[in-house]
Amino acid sequence: MATATFSIRRGGREGGEMVDYQTDVSEGMVVLDAVHQIQAESAPDLACRWNCKAGKCGSCSAEINGMPKLMCMTRLDTIDITQPVTIEPMRAFPVIKDLISDVSWNYEVKKRIKKFKPRPPDAEDGTWRMQQSDIDRVQEFRKCIECYLCQDVCHVLRDHVKHEEFIGPRFLVYTAALEMHPLDTENRTEELKDMFGIGYCNITKCCTKVCPEHITITDNAIIPLKERVVDEHYDPLRKLIKIFRKK
Amino acid sequence: MANDYTTFEHDVLVIGAGGAGLRAAIEASSAGVSVGLICKSLLGKAHTVMAEGGMAAAMGNVDDRDNWKVHFSDTMRGGQYVNNWRMAELHAKEAPDRVRELEAWGAVFDRTKDGKILQRNFGGHRYPRLAHVGDRTGLELIRTLQDHGIHQGIDVHMEVTVISLLKDGDRVVGVFAYEREHGRFRVFKAKAVILATGGVGRAYKITSNSWEGTGDGHALAYHAGAELIDMEFIQFHPTGMVWPPSVRGILVTEGVRGEGGILKNSEGNRFMFDDIPDNYKDQTAKDPEEGWRYTQGDKSANRPPELLTRDHVARCINREVKAGRGSPHGGVFLDIAWIKEKLPNSAEHIKKKLPSMYHQFVQLANLDITTTPMEVGPTTHYIMGGIRVDADTQASTLPGLYAAGECASGINGANRLGGNSLSDLIVFGKRAGEYAAEFAKANGHGIIDAAQIEAEAKRALEPFDREGGDNPFNIQHDLQEMMQRLVGIVRLEDEMQEALVGLQKLNERAAKSTITGNIDFNPGWHTALDLRNLLTVSEAITLSAIERKESRGGQFRDDYPNKDPEFAKFNIAVKEVDGRMEISHVPLPEMPAELKQVIEEMG
Repeated sequence: MATATFSIRRGGREGGEMVDYQTDVSEGMVVLDAVHQIQAESAPDLACRWNCKAGKCGSCSAEINGMPKLMCMTRLDTIDITQPVTIEPMRAFPVIKDLISDVSWNYEVKKRIKKFKPRPPDAEDGTWRMQQSDIDRVQEFRKCIECYLCQDVCHVLRDHVKHEEFIGPRFLVYTAALEMHPLDTENRTEELKDMFGIGYCNITKCCTKVCPEHITITDNAIIPLKERVVDEHYDPLRKLIKIFRKK
Repeated sequence: MANDYTTFEHDVLVIGAGGAGLRAAIEASSAGVSVGLICKSLLGKAHTVMAEGGMAAAMGNVDDRDNWKVHFSDTMRGGQYVNNWRMAELHAKEAPDRVRELEAWGAVFDRTKDGKILQRNFGGHRYPRLAHVGDRTGLELIRTLQDHGIHQGIDVHMEVTVISLLKDGDRVVGVFAYEREHGRFRVFKAKAVILATGGVGRAYKITSNSWEGTGDGHALAYHAGAELIDMEFIQFHPTGMVWPPSVRGILVTEGVRGEGGILKNSEGNRFMFDDIPDNYKDQTAKDPEEGWRYTQGDKSANRPPELLTRDHVARCINREVKAGRGSPHGGVFLDIAWIKEKLPNSAEHIKKKLPSMYHQFVQLANLDITTTPMEVGPTTHYIMGGIRVDADTQASTLPGLYAAGECASGINGANRLGGNSLSDLIVFGKRAGEYAAEFAKANGHGIIDAAQIEAEAKRALEPFDREGGDNPFNIQHDLQEMMQRLVGIVRLEDEMQEALVGLQKLNERAAKSTITGNIDFNPGWHTALDLRNLLTVSEAITLSAIERKESRGGQFRDDYPNKDPEFAKFNIAVKEVDGRMEISHVPLPEMPAELKQVIEEMG
């Protein structure tokens, strides 16, 4: 059985250091298995989040060799284990301890987005009719497991720390899922333009690249939202019509 | 340090934020009371996200012959008639409304051609009944409830674990808990408490459950003096992954079989056709051709034997493996790739219908399910047993304490049908929220006993003060190995007696376990606290399984391989009396004549 070295960030809010741990690796193992093994063998107080271990809950987000990934879905045979493998917490959020970061900001952001507001039911029994082709796009967005890897990789948050002005790819996808929901009657373009800072996104598509659910974040969600904002707020013809209407 | 805690006050406190807990919290807060919601993990990460196939509700969108009566009788038949008939009735009647309500809150289910909610086939359900979103229905459920709930003014306490329930006389009046981030204690005062903590899968080595499934609600209720019933009935899901070792136990949805997947042994034999129980013979396909037609929506066809109830399919797989006809890594083959013989664009079809299964196998096992059969074997999935509750109100046997979802018991009897869990969560989550709110309106806060808190805090911190004991991870590991080996799919008196002795030793080791580090977000400490719950439920499972000297649903005894009608008359209950676990028989309530009639009519 082979042995590999994992260099894991240890320490609390005030700062930390990378500590090396050796553990045995076997066929099919993922990074989270290695972390669990290290916990059981030598570091029982090593903090990490995880739940489903099948890429469905989005709890075990971390930066593995500098790349934002889910630990449970990163097989050791897809990375170089002849060198120490670095595991660090997501950098776009404050660290709590070891591999745990404080993601509470994301929960606050979500609350600020206007909730789903359906049109009146289509049928007398209180139900709606929708065609599958009309919901395919929204279902793509609703695959999101809220791992926040897209938030972590986004330079607007990660490097420029615009958490106050920009809601990040996750919540642009969330807003897109509401805006493109066939039943929804709410309008969120005003906030997108102002409070949600959609203009900050300059379409580098890093978020799309790291999404473990393969959601086409930039092309299918953010760009169409940008177009809506432009249509409603920056279209000169519309502006002119608005002026005349006001009279 | 024991006196160092923060106090919170809510009218209704919900413990657990999966489907049942969220639905309960939404209902209670809609009733106008203040609600606190405790999550063991972050909000939206609960085990409900793992549910794949769908939620059962007799809406009749795909087959208009379906209605609550068929659903009711399917549930009773699947549970081998030891279910609480009233819960099965309420569930069958109310599930359709609960599903439609999710749509009004933003859920986006797959559609039929005429634009209604699509329903799929599942084991033990006579008609296509499961509302679903591909194979990620649980995520859709939890996200819909979460996104609706955050606008309701519910106070959410994330990464908080409850250590014990606090009582004023017999009544539950709050909980003692700790928050993981700083390791600090919290006291929650509540007029009513709802347990919605899910299952106990982590008592076993091979399980589909996450680390959270440690029987917290079961154990909390038990130690507070509430009754648990049916603890011997554990569902081993027939299809968990078996390879590679690190993913052993992860669920492979029954939806694979619902979409036409078949089970084969190493000899290529479709063994499920060899063993069809008598009471399902007239509902099961005669040959593979008829089975295929059923999965493709032919109303004149019966379902293939792969869609028999989970207890039966799991035992058949177990038998094939033991007889030496298993797959290379100790499972059998589950083949969906074969449908290429039937469908021209089968690869695309599979990816569309089973997207997360496709990704799960590509990423974790390096296997393409559109071309290659999977290897699968039974995995500990669900416990039918749990806190004994009143069918209508979900009230436990203690005043002020309610339970809903997997940690409550009654609806499923000896075996749960796939898809009945998600609908259980929303039907009885709502009811628990409604009646707990009613209780909270009628009663003031009770008195919190400082001595109780002091004692619990002391107990919780003990592992830090001890020296030289075992690491809690090792004890948990040994418990899982033992329960898997001695109280698993096939049970024997001698082996279970051995397990009781083993549990005694594990309890002693747990009482001496030591941990390192400080109280900040310390998984070792957490595991030490979880151990008490796991050991409690393991004992309840083992004692109840010894008591039930017959085979029925999730309980299979090699020494009593047949059903015994005497055991169909009661549920087995456990209760803490003077610190010891006491067993009793609770007679099953008599089913009213009109429901007996329904069962008879449905055949």
